[in-house]
Amino acid sequence: MKYVDEFRDAALARNLAAKIAAEVQPQRRYHFMEFCGGHTHAIARYGLAELLPASVRMIHGPGCPVCVLPIGRIDQAIHLALERGAIVCTYGDTLRVPASGGLSMMKAKARGADIRMVYSAADALKVARANPVREVVFFAIGFETTTPPTALVLRQAKAEGLKNFSVLCCHVLTPAAITHILQGPGVGPAGDVPLDGFIGPAHVSIVIGYAPYVPFALGYQKPVVISGFEPLDVMQSILMLVRQVNEGRAEVENEFTRAVSADGNRAAQAVMDEVFEHREVFEWRGLGEVPDSALRIRPAYAEFDAEVRFGLCYQGVPDHKQCACGEILRGRKVPTDCKLFGTVCTPENPMGSCMVSSEGACAAHYAYGRFRDIPVVAA
Amino acid sequence: MCLALPARVIERSADDQLLIDLGGIRKSVSGALTPEAQPGDYVIVHVGHAIGTVDAEEAERTLALFAELAASQAAEDQA
Ligand code: SF4
Repeated sequence: MKYVDEFRDAALARNLAAKIAAEVQPQRRYHFMEFCGGHTHAIARYGLAELLPASVRMIHGPGCPVCVLPIGRIDQAIHLALERGAIVCTYGDTLRVPASGGLSMMKAKARGADIRMVYSAADALKVARANPVREVVFFAIGFETTTPPTALVLRQAKAEGLKNFSVLCCHVLTPAAITHILQGPGVGPAGDVPLDGFIGPAHVSIVIGYAPYVPFALGYQKPVVISGFEPLDVMQSILMLVRQVNEGRAEVENEFTRAVSADGNRAAQAVMDEVFEHREVFEWRGLGEVPDSALRIRPAYAEFDAEVRFGLCYQGVPDHKQCACGEILRGRKVPTDCKLFGTVCTPENPMGSCMVSSEGACAAHYAYGRFRDIPVVAA
Repeated sequence: MCLALPARVIERSADDQLLIDLGGIRKSVSGALTPEAQPGDYVIVHVGHAIGTVDAEEAERTLALFAELAASQAAEDQA
């Protein structure tokens, strides 16, 4: 496929790996966080970690939207379907995320909740048009990539004067999450999680541009390289990060020039801005309450805001005690550090959110990395 | 859920829908976020929407960079 296959060439990937190996400095260690689940997935799927020299370590970040969705929000969606009789529409990945009381949206469905998987926000609107006597709620999750489509349906619903449609808005913001990690305990010069730079999001940056990352690169002196999701993109970005570290630079560089500009997609930003405003604080799974890290629907669209319409009140719920997702999302642990990994917790029966989407650190490691951990012993 | 792929625009209709070709599969997606996308362009498709366009010249430049690297590597291997 064009713009996909050319960026997956194995020989070129080995070339880039050789280049990285030649440029890393002998006494130095390099710790880079890939913020996006898409990069986590690419690194696991194409075995990129194996191609890298031992001194380069990749740390998974909290950039998988399904992984950072807190239990309390899924509980709200289930409540709307089970107790308020609403049809709840959502993206497929959220269906299996564990919620309170041993439930998930999937299990709630088995108890009679009318929960429907949609491929696009626009499909939720179609469900509302087709069921005029039922309340239809779109459970909207994700970073800045899924936010503009949600904004479009809200605008459309208002234009049509739909009376039975609303959105439970759980959209979160990438720059706020990165800042939170940089300010968190353990990160930084004296901390136990050294971080020498970030692989910046590909698709989020198509929307917001690369300019919003300039403040951390400067303020925290951490290099950021915006990277595409194909294996060669990721390898090239790691090379660019190694060079920045070696030269003592901390800048925002853009590897994904074919799709990302400094300012991003203006049309998408305009519709987001019309419909959404910042929330003071939002709970993330694994990261806790993060100030100024999410969006809510503006008062002008209040009749389409499920929180207002149904008088919902947010209640935080702690994760499973033994689940290490929080520590993994902060880069302090790896999936195999979790006691439940691969035994109690598997993609078929996830205990934590990182095991749900293929972009979650635990699921990616379960699918592609699990057997690499087993030492090879001669028979 | 972040997976998004580049697809070629075949047709743009008046209601902001784009007919795209994704590796041989034809699909209709919303083009409301990419008012500039025209037939022949590549767009990045995510949750039923084209969220951005692919700059063909920049893509060539990135590939040329990799090719250059391969050439310099080959020269080093020979030396
Ligand atoms: S293995 Fe399961 S329980 Fe453990 S951290 Fe990962 S998702 Fe959480």
